[in-house]
Amino acid sequence: MSSIPILPRHMRNTVLPGHAACHGCPIPIGLKVVGAAFGDKVILVVPACCTSVVLGMHPGTAFNGSVVHVAFASAAAVASGISAGLSKRGVRDVQVIAWAGDGGTADIGMASLSGAVERNDDFIYVMYDNEAYMNTGIQRSSATPAGAWTTTTPLGKKEPKKDVAKILIAHGAPYVATASIAYPHDFYSKLKKAAGIRGFKFIYLHAPCPVGWRFDPSLTVNIAKLAVETGMVILYEYYDGGIRLSGPSRPLLDKSKRKPIAEYLKHQGRFRGINEGELRSLESYVDSSWEWVKKFMQ
Amino acid sequence: MVLKSLTGNHAVALAVKMARVNVVAAYPITPQTTIVEKLAEYIDGGELDAVMIRVESEHSALAAAYGSALAGARAFTATSSHGLLYMYEWVNWVSRARVPLVMAVVTRTMGPPWNIWTDHSDYYEQRDTGWIQGFAMDAQEAFDMTLQAFKISEDPRVFLPAMVGLDAFILSHTSMPVEVPEQELVDEWLGARTQGFVIDGSEALIHGALSPPEYTEGFIEDVGKAMEEAVEVVREVDHSFGRTFGRSHGGLVELYKCSDAKYHIVLMGAWAGDAMEAVDALREQGYSIGVVRVRYTRPFPGEELYKALSSSKGVIVVERGVSFGSMGPVFLDLAGNMLKYSRKLPYMRNVIAGVGGVNVTYKDFEYIAKETINYLESGEEPSVIAWYHAR
Ligand SMILES: Cc1ncc(C[n+]2csc(CCOP(=O)(O)OP(=O)(O)O)c2C)c(N)n1
Ligand code: SF4
Repeated sequence: MSSIPILPRHMRNTVLPGHAACHGCPIPIGLKVVGAAFGDKVILVVPACCTSVVLGMHPGTAFNGSVVHVAFASAAAVASGISAGLSKRGVRDVQVIAWAGDGGTADIGMASLSGAVERNDDFIYVMYDNEAYMNTGIQRSSATPAGAWTTTTPLGKKEPKKDVAKILIAHGAPYVATASIAYPHDFYSKLKKAAGIRGFKFIYLHAPCPVGWRFDPSLTVNIAKLAVETGMVILYEYYDGGIRLSGPSRPLLDKSKRKPIAEYLKHQGRFRGINEGELRSLESYVDSSWEWVKKFMQ
Repeated sequence: MVLKSLTGNHAVALAVKMARVNVVAAYPITPQTTIVEKLAEYIDGGELDAVMIRVESEHSALAAAYGSALAGARAFTATSSHGLLYMYEWVNWVSRARVPLVMAVVTRTMGPPWNIWTDHSDYYEQRDTGWIQGFAMDAQEAFDMTLQAFKISEDPRVFLPAMVGLDAFILSHTSMPVEVPEQELVDEWLGARTQGFVIDGSEALIHGALSPPEYTEGFIEDVGKAMEEAVEVVREVDHSFGRTFGRSHGGLVELYKCSDAKYHIVLMGAWAGDAMEAVDALREQGYSIGVVRVRYTRPFPGEELYKALSSSKGVIVVERGVSFGSMGPVFLDLAGNMLKYSRKLPYMRNVIAGVGGVNVTYKDFEYIAKETINYLESGEEPSVIAWYHAR
């Protein structure tokens, strides 16, 4: 990112008071940035996930824009349909965004997502990653990191995290980016950039959840920041066949600039039981992610 | 008007084209595939100005068709058996969302074992989903019913999705001359798409949000009310179709040689033609019998059937499917619906036949009818439910 964009003031008008999120929830933070980018000219397609609850209960709503709630596996397919319907009717002034959790993306929604990417359907897909099925009570997803406690991995997850951005790059998506709720300007720029590209756009949004990760709700943004500063989450954009590191992650190409992973883990109850071996495997996951990014850097 | 030799599937595809759909989303499955292949040909050949979303599964096919319909497009999909089962979550979602769209269901036996021939179990299993469900007898009716499905589905009194059923191979892959009307006439009769709400960003709308039980109950009850309204809408649409195109199929049911009949065969689908042939032969042998062909199972034509059957000496409901542990779904609906009008029901029998795609001919219908009638006339009652194995 060359310069930090100024977020429009109306970002606060998008997520209205009275939403149903837990204290310290990352979801309203992300949605405010969506509001900053598109105002009410947005159609969110939301599968079953925390966001279906956060947005409020009928007949009220906490979102000043259009929302289509859909079945769990189908965010991408419905967004494809809406996008096709709008283009057939010549409607061009509204941004379609599939907004799904990690479960709705990396697990049950993977096939419909893959189909939409391969067809290069014209919309933005945001996967907000709170690294488990939070809506149903903190069960593991394929995007839960190794070593993390969840209600279905009481001894910690054994398998490493599934990296969906990587999978989508392999699909040949025209635009793939990673973002974090700790860096709203960066997320904003990526949304804006994506909106200017025709075809399928994917943005991964790292979204720490105080309830599921067992940390103090006042720390959401700090934890998200630490994820980037330790190199656990790498912020980048991929387009035209190459990866470009984004501002916050750029210096961290030099491993010595990264904070120790333990600093990220120590605030989170879900990693309380982590042993040396699991810590090593997390570290090697991070190292290999960086090695992979380097290979595609422009 | 021109005559074209069309298979059932191509008749459906042509009707979809003439309804000027904007979006088709579908996934291949035998024996539905030739519908979407034909539509792809129309679209790529520039004959139909529509977007085709070539999805990766049926679950996504209906999801994508739904998305486009929400955004204001006239949308269509088609499937069969396992495809229909795979999209089941969405079948329910679309009707509860009150979004008009049309789906052709080429009925096919469900596995295991793998089998591609017709029975009606896949179609029957949709009966509680809140879709308008019609079932065609021949390619002409498949064409007409598809056009009518758009009209019924988009009627403000209904705003529910509509399904057009047709039998695998017997109808989907056999040809007959089909009367094809002028495009202008179709445009005029069908009109522009109407729907309850459109999500296109012109105003901020929220659809499907978490709702407390009191609201949800109301939404669900409204589906039932729309279905009740649909009874009259189906009748009206059949009448106006008849006035415009010169062909009427009888609304919710078709009665064949029923005016003086003492006994009745009740059934739906392509084999109704065989039953009618059997009735012709039986009448020559002195049997007083007619065919009541059910054209729509949702809304269920309770009133029509009561009128046609209340004074029957014997009603034989022949079905290509059964609700395991109970009886055939049409039989159950018929018995339940008759009770709305009278406590006194005629003798009714349920014969399950042709399941798994077994071929049932007019000879079989003759046998079933004679067996039942001979029992009844000798003062005995045959078993109420029986499996008949065609020979
Ligand atoms: C087909 C289907 N299976 C299961 C569920 C139950 N369910 C609802 S939300 C959810 C988990 C969502 O997890 P994720 O996508 O990670 O979003 P989060 O709740 O964490 O925000 C599950 C399993 C469902 N609604 N539909
Ligand atoms: S469980 Fe986590 S992600 Fe879900 S609403 Fe609460 S804080 Fe937000």
